[in-house]
Amino acid sequence: MTNPATPAPGARPESLPDLFWSFTHLALQGFGGVLAVVQRELVEKKQWLTREEFMEDWAVAQILPGPNVVNLTMMIGDRYFGWRGALAAVAGMLTFPLLIVLALAALFAGISDSPGVQGALRGMGAVAAGLIAGTGLKLIGSLEKNVMGAIICWSLAAITFIAIALLHVPLAWILLGAGTLACVWAHRQLGKIQARGAEE
Amino acid sequence: MSASLTLNLTLTDWLALLSHFLSLSLLSIGGAITTAPDMHRYLVIEQHWLSDSQFTSSIALAQAAPGPNVLFVALLGWNVGLNAGGGMGAGLLAWVHALLGVVITMAGIMLPSTALTFVAARWGHRNRELQWVRAFKQGLAPIVIALLLATGWILATGHGSSLNNWPVWLLTGVSALLVWRTRLHLLWLLAAGGLLGWFGWV
Repeated sequence: MTNPATPAPGARPESLPDLFWSFTHLALQGFGGVLAVVQRELVEKKQWLTREEFMEDWAVAQILPGPNVVNLTMMIGDRYFGWRGALAAVAGMLTFPLLIVLALAALFAGISDSPGVQGALRGMGAVAAGLIAGTGLKLIGSLEKNVMGAIICWSLAAITFIAIALLHVPLAWILLGAGTLACVWAHRQLGKIQARGAEE
Repeated sequence: MSASLTLNLTLTDWLALLSHFLSLSLLSIGGAITTAPDMHRYLVIEQHWLSDSQFTSSIALAQAAPGPNVLFVALLGWNVGLNAGGGMGAGLLAWVHALLGVVITMAGIMLPSTALTFVAARWGHRNRELQWVRAFKQGLAPIVIALLLATGWILATGHGSSLNNWPVWLLTGVSALLVWRTRLHLLWLLAAGGLLGWFGWV
C-alpha cells in the first residue's frame, strides 16, 4: 500500500465521463452511506486527494448545510472541471442509486415486513454503523500534523462525541460552541507559527 | 410498504411539500438525516401524508441500498406520491404521482444547500491560504472525526441501548475494526451483516 499522505503526482480525473463513472462506481459500493468508500477509493486507490485534503474538504462539506457526501462530491468535481465537473460528479453519485432505491421500494413493497428482510436490514445497518466509525478511526492519524496540538485535539473530539452521541445536543450548538473555540485557537497557533517563521 | 394511506393532494399541497423541504435544506447541517425528525413531524403527524411504517421503512431501505443516505428523502417523496395516486394498485397514475413526489422532495432538499455550498466552497478554496480559512479547517478536524464516531454510535444504538442488543454492538465494533485495520472490501462486510441478520443472529 502506498502512503496516502503522499499522492501520486498529477493523479486526477481525466474527463467529465471519468468523473461521472468514478462517482457512480463509488456510490454503488456505498451501502449504508458512501463516506467510507469515498475515503478508500479517492484517497487510498485513485489518490486524487491526500488524507489531509480529504479531511479539510470533508470538514467544509459537513459544516455547510445539505447532504455531506453530495457536498463533497460537488466540491471535488468543481475543483477539476468547474460547474460542469460538479454536475457530472453529483449526477454520477445520485442517478443509478436513485433508480436502484426506487426499484427496491417497488419490489420490496410486499415483503418488507418479513422477519428475514427486517433482520437483514438490521444486520446491514449494524455493519454500516461500523463502516462510518471505522472511517473516523482511520482519520485520527491525520491529527498528528494539526496545529492545535494533541491535547486540544483529543479534548475537542471527546467533548464532541459525548455531546452528540450520549447527550444528543443539537449539532448546531456544538459547531457554534466548540467549533468557534477550536477555530480561534487554531488561528492563534497559526499566527504563532507564522511569527516564528518571520523571525528566522 | 404496508399500511399506505389514500390522499387527495391539491396543487397547494404539492407546493407546501416543496416549500417545506426547501426550508429544511438550509437547516440540514450535518446531513439531511439530521432533519429527519422534522420531516416525520410534518409528513406523518401534521399532514398525515405518510404512515409511520412508511416513514421508518423508507429510512431503513435507503440505508441498506447503495448510494448516499439522502435518498431516503426520495423514498419519502415516492411514498407520498403513491398515496396521492391511489397506491401501488392504481397503475400508471400512481407511478406519475410517485415520480412527482421524488422530484419535489429531492429538489427541495438539495437545491438551496447545494447552491450555497457551491459558492462557499469555491470562495474557501480560492482563499485557502487565508489564516482564518486554514484555522477553520484545522480547528474543525478533530470535531469532524468525533462526529463520524458519534454517527456510528447513534446508528448502532438506534435499536435500543439495552444489553440484549450485544450482538448488534459486537458486529458494529468488529466492522469498525476491520475497516480501520484491514483493506477487506466493504461489500463483504455488508453481505456478512445481511446474512447474520437474515438468520436472526444479530
